[in-house]
Amino acid sequence: MNAGPSPVPLPYSAPDLQRLLGADWSRLLWTAYRWMRTARALDERMIALQRQGRVGFYGPGTGQEAVSIAAGLATHENDWVFPGLREQLVALVRGHPLGTYVHHLFADGLDPGLGRQMPCHPTAREVHQVSMSSCVGTQITHAVGCAYGFRFRHDAAVALAFFGDGGTSVNDFHAGMNFAGVFHLPVVFCCTNNQWAISMPVERQSHVAELASKAAAYGMPGRRVDGSDFIETYLQLSQALEAARRGEGPTLLEFVIYRMSPHTTSDDPGRYQPKDWKERAAEHDPMPRLEQLLGALGLLSQDLVREMDRQIDATLREAVAAAEATPPPGPDTLERDVFAPSQPVAGTD
Amino acid sequence: MVQAINRALRTAMAADPEVLLLGEDIGVNGGVFRATEGLLKEFGSERVIDTPLSETGIIGTAIGMALYGLKPVAEIQFLDFIYPGFDQIVSELAKFRYRSGGQYPCHVVIRSPYGGGIKGGLYHSQSTEVYFTHTAGLKVVVPSTPADAQGLLLSAIFDPDPVMFLEPKRIYRAVTGEVPEGDHRVPIGKARNVREGHDVSVFAYGAMIPPATDACQSLEAEGISAELIDLRTLSPLDTSAVLGSVEKTGRAVVVHEAARFCGYGAEIAAVLAEKAFYSLKAPVARVTGFDTPFPYALENLYLPNAARIREAIVATVKAA
Ligand SMILES: Cc1ncc(C[n+]2csc(CCOP(=O)(O)OP(=O)(O)O)c2C)c(N)n1
Ligand SMILES: [Mg+2]
Repeated sequence: MNAGPSPVPLPYSAPDLQRLLGADWSRLLWTAYRWMRTARALDERMIALQRQGRVGFYGPGTGQEAVSIAAGLATHENDWVFPGLREQLVALVRGHPLGTYVHHLFADGLDPGLGRQMPCHPTAREVHQVSMSSCVGTQITHAVGCAYGFRFRHDAAVALAFFGDGGTSVNDFHAGMNFAGVFHLPVVFCCTNNQWAISMPVERQSHVAELASKAAAYGMPGRRVDGSDFIETYLQLSQALEAARRGEGPTLLEFVIYRMSPHTTSDDPGRYQPKDWKERAAEHDPMPRLEQLLGALGLLSQDLVREMDRQIDATLREAVAAAEATPPPGPDTLERDVFAPSQPVAGTD
Repeated sequence: MVQAINRALRTAMAADPEVLLLGEDIGVNGGVFRATEGLLKEFGSERVIDTPLSETGIIGTAIGMALYGLKPVAEIQFLDFIYPGFDQIVSELAKFRYRSGGQYPCHVVIRSPYGGGIKGGLYHSQSTEVYFTHTAGLKVVVPSTPADAQGLLLSAIFDPDPVMFLEPKRIYRAVTGEVPEGDHRVPIGKARNVREGHDVSVFAYGAMIPPATDACQSLEAEGISAELIDLRTLSPLDTSAVLGSVEKTGRAVVVHEAARFCGYGAEIAAVLAEKAFYSLKAPVARVTGFDTPFPYALENLYLPNAARIREAIVATVKAA
């Protein structure tokens, strides 16, 4: 399986897992592992297709999968997700079809967003994942308003606001955390601290030792979590979600993770990352960490993994072929959806 | 006018339990201009929400409410202070429906007092409507009478799209008039013919309607018959009302208190040049504020008044 630096071990025994995750623990870990392999394969394929000029752009989430998958599996169906830059996987785990997402990546006529946004900016309304913006941080206050709506309608749902370490520097982070604290709303603020904002290391975003400590300024709990330990991530998310659901207000979770890819396909980390970064990041890669645990528990075999990869590959091939066979959005869609149907765009003629 | 706004809010909130208000000092204090007076008592603090001091917070939160399906009406205390929330308006509010392929309509009304004439200096006087008319995906509405304020605000609250509802604060109390009872709506996107005329068309909106009316009336004695159109909705523009009037009169004067350069008058002049060129007998004239920040001591010099409007009308009519 994965060669390379040895992964930081996940220190759980079978009885631990049973106690922490319940009777169904092995199925949960299998599902998570399967998604990790799917996401990894998707990232690799799309980066290759981007290099070949078949996809315009791609923003990988390599190294950050545990957080997205845990969020996808810990949330309830009626929870809403307000994504940062790398939470496309959350929508997939919650049931947004992979084929639809690939249509979006190709910006073809079957992209639910009608090819209006760059790749990796999906809209997944059927799983309550709000259409992503390129603007860092603007989604944070949206999660807060949505959570206000949950309480207003007595809907036992929680809003998840995702943002990166860079995202903690923008004004919407402050405004959103502040409003959620004042109104005591059911929001889980998920900071995916992958330690980089393009070329800026996290030390250039803030002088605090832990971003989680910023929660104190807003009167809410903040916790730092090993975001490449799927189990801890899942437990912390579940706990924060349930607290919010019980009316106990918002939580800030800082997931410490390692960006294993360039920022996007337009980026060259050789210009700014230290030489040993890749190796350090690889030790914290959530996939081999989970793989090693599953292996130690006797839940993994070469054959199972090979079969899993075969299925993933077939699904991806099919999705790419379907997208490449789909024509782009028609010119008649250009002026659609500026306003509601039948409303004139700028002036009546 | 401010009472008409208050009535529209009350009517909308009574008609639809998912209409919510949020903003600074709007609850206990009833708004610094008293537009939300009494509403906290009537509808409770879950629906009339006093927020922390953050425009990006107010507008971003309102967007989240609207994505979920509520009908938020945000108040920004002065248009001059909207800029901390500008990113939320132009990057998010205006684009949600489009970027989601129509799946996430985002219907927020943003009410904000704007404009000069209250001795408010640089930061309580500006008229920057074109920042918003230039952004696709926003409707921009400016009432000039109590009846329109009520009817347009009701339309805005029940419109499917985001609406910037800009309130000319100088005439909040100065302009009075009859207001129909109940949920009486004035359609967005339709100009209002204030007075008919056949020599020249005057286009204005907001607090410029009273001086423009005075100017037109005073010219009657001199045999100049001026038509006055209150645009009421700046985006989408009622293009046919503009063209129809100029095809009849052959002359146009545009009045606004905002700065001249790239102001709203430039768009009207361009539309006329493109689509009514052969009807025009004289150059289009603009009566506007100056291309300066808004001055405190010299605000009466800055703002167009009846005399300046009159002068422009006379010059336009005499030109040809
Ligand atoms: C408001 C804003 N400023 C700048 C950018 C350009 N930009 C895109 S991503 C990025 C870094 C984001 O870093 P972080 O929030 O840590 O997220 P990550 O990419 O690490 O997931 C920058 C500067 C942007 N998209 N939005
Ligand atoms: Mg980052």
